[in-house]
Amino acid sequence: MNEKRRSIWVFGDYRNYFQNRVTLQLLSRATELATKIDAKVCAIVFGHDVDEWVGEYIAHGAHKVYVTDHPRLKNYSVETYVTLMERLARKHRPEIILVGATSFGKEFAPRVAKRLSTGLTADCVGLDITEEGNLVQTTPAFGGNLLTQIITPKCRPQMATVRPSTFQEIPHNYEATGEVVRVPLPKNLSKERVRLISSERQPQRGQKIEEARIVVCGGRGMGSKKKFKNLFDLSKLLDGEVGATRPVVYSKWVDHEALVGQAGKPIKPKVLFSFGISGAIQHTAAISGANFIIAVNKNPNATMMKMADVAIVADANQVCTALIKELKKRIKS
Amino acid sequence: MLKLVVCIKQVPMVTELPWDSQTSTLRRELSEGMMNPACKHALEAGLRLKQKHGTHITAITMGPAMAEEVLYEATSMGADRGVLLTDPRMAGADTLVTSFTMARAIEKVCPDFDLVLCGCHSTDSETAQVGPQLAEELDVPSAAYVEHLELNGRRLRIQRLSDNFLETLEFNLPGLITISTQHYLPRYIPLKGLQDAFGQADIITIDADNLSLDPEIIGIKGSPTKILDICSPSAGKKNIVMKGAAKKIVEELFERFDDKIGAAIGKDLKVDE
Repeated sequence: MNEKRRSIWVFGDYRNYFQNRVTLQLLSRATELATKIDAKVCAIVFGHDVDEWVGEYIAHGAHKVYVTDHPRLKNYSVETYVTLMERLARKHRPEIILVGATSFGKEFAPRVAKRLSTGLTADCVGLDITEEGNLVQTTPAFGGNLLTQIITPKCRPQMATVRPSTFQEIPHNYEATGEVVRVPLPKNLSKERVRLISSERQPQRGQKIEEARIVVCGGRGMGSKKKFKNLFDLSKLLDGEVGATRPVVYSKWVDHEALVGQAGKPIKPKVLFSFGISGAIQHTAAISGANFIIAVNKNPNATMMKMADVAIVADANQVCTALIKELKKRIKS
Repeated sequence: MLKLVVCIKQVPMVTELPWDSQTSTLRRELSEGMMNPACKHALEAGLRLKQKHGTHITAITMGPAMAEEVLYEATSMGADRGVLLTDPRMAGADTLVTSFTMARAIEKVCPDFDLVLCGCHSTDSETAQVGPQLAEELDVPSAAYVEHLELNGRRLRIQRLSDNFLETLEFNLPGLITISTQHYLPRYIPLKGLQDAFGQADIITIDADNLSLDPEIIGIKGSPTKILDICSPSAGKKNIVMKGAAKKIVEELFERFDDKIGAAIGKDLKVDE
């Protein structure tokens, strides 16, 4: 194998595995992109006792894994991880570095890009490679109202963070083999200036709204707390999750958990039902991953109605009630 | 006295996008500006430190001349002075170059800063990158998406939710944090306060020459990322409009889209023949 071969790197973000499989999804897309530029796919793993992840990433498509395993790396620490990534990238000069857009990834990737003086595109929803070998990074802007395609023509590596569930992971292949390169912890690594005092895993809800295939979202246009409860009935029939806008959460019609928006959760259902929502940018920013939007609002000119695939001009609660009736008829037990 | 720098950004106040489909550009001049919500939360966090510890707050923004408005708003909320970083040569900067330029400006106007506060992300480009990159550029410890902070002498303790982990972190000043929109609900400014601010606020304007910046390495020229294309994802959508009685609409909806809805929930929603 030619050692000078180009490479596409994927940062191994394993901390929240099971809930978040973005690293596996990125490995999958990276292997597709790699065929276009004849590159190999490398996963980068930092941590302590991380062999489990090394094997996992090879089984999911990585041709090579660079791993630094040391007790000092037990907890995710952004300064140290950035320094390790910078050193590794300076040495091996990857063409592309992909990082999952998790909270950690979104703090880590910009700092790596800064150290390497290269461009970084945030929250990509699409990645491709041009004939010239430029990574085309598609990213939403203005609350999903626009899609921007960005390239980094003159700098390498080309860097992007990618939203979880943008790509499909490839199935686990136990027979896959890959090269494992153990990189020792540098001796002169400076001390992390940010001290971790505590880190507690928060409890998970059953189905996560971020992963739900159907989301039923309600806004103030539902009319009242009592009427808003109808959305839960509808959502139950659809095996979906209920989301809400900020005014609804502030009025305590529903828990903060349900907030869909910049301060809440992003969603990407196959079908989004949107009831009585005008479409403030803080909300629309979080629904750009929705595949098909059915919006109900009395005001046909609301932003949400313009964004919708189907815009129903009517009272939100009345349509919700009619939907429940109709679904009960149609769902065969 | 502790010196705080709060970075704020003016973003278009949009519900309808002034999108020019002929030229594929955003007609920013048609939209009114407002202070980016997360930046306002960052300013609020700074103001609470001021109330408790008596800090001095510099609000700084980079943008076109009209961005001065958010500095008046910041001073009316309680910032002690405003710095407008404006220069046509700085326009079109990506996050790498923006953080570089902002860092040079902060070093110029507040070289002995103790804490820099930024909003965690903006509503227009939404990258959340400038804060962390600014921390690198200023070479100070930093944490993003901060929800609570507590200052004890020169030790800053912060709390945040990061990928389902509730983290408590600590570092010594100077440092930089980006504030999430979960807490620190911004205070209300009465119109009178805003009017007064326009009369007497301490606001200075600086450009690339004041910072001795080479025009080749700032703005769109210095930025490694380039925009290839911009499109509106809703442009390709059909946007079917339905009106009438709820029952009728719902029947029509299922007639046309029972496949789509059924596929999403994995159930057959067709009416039996």
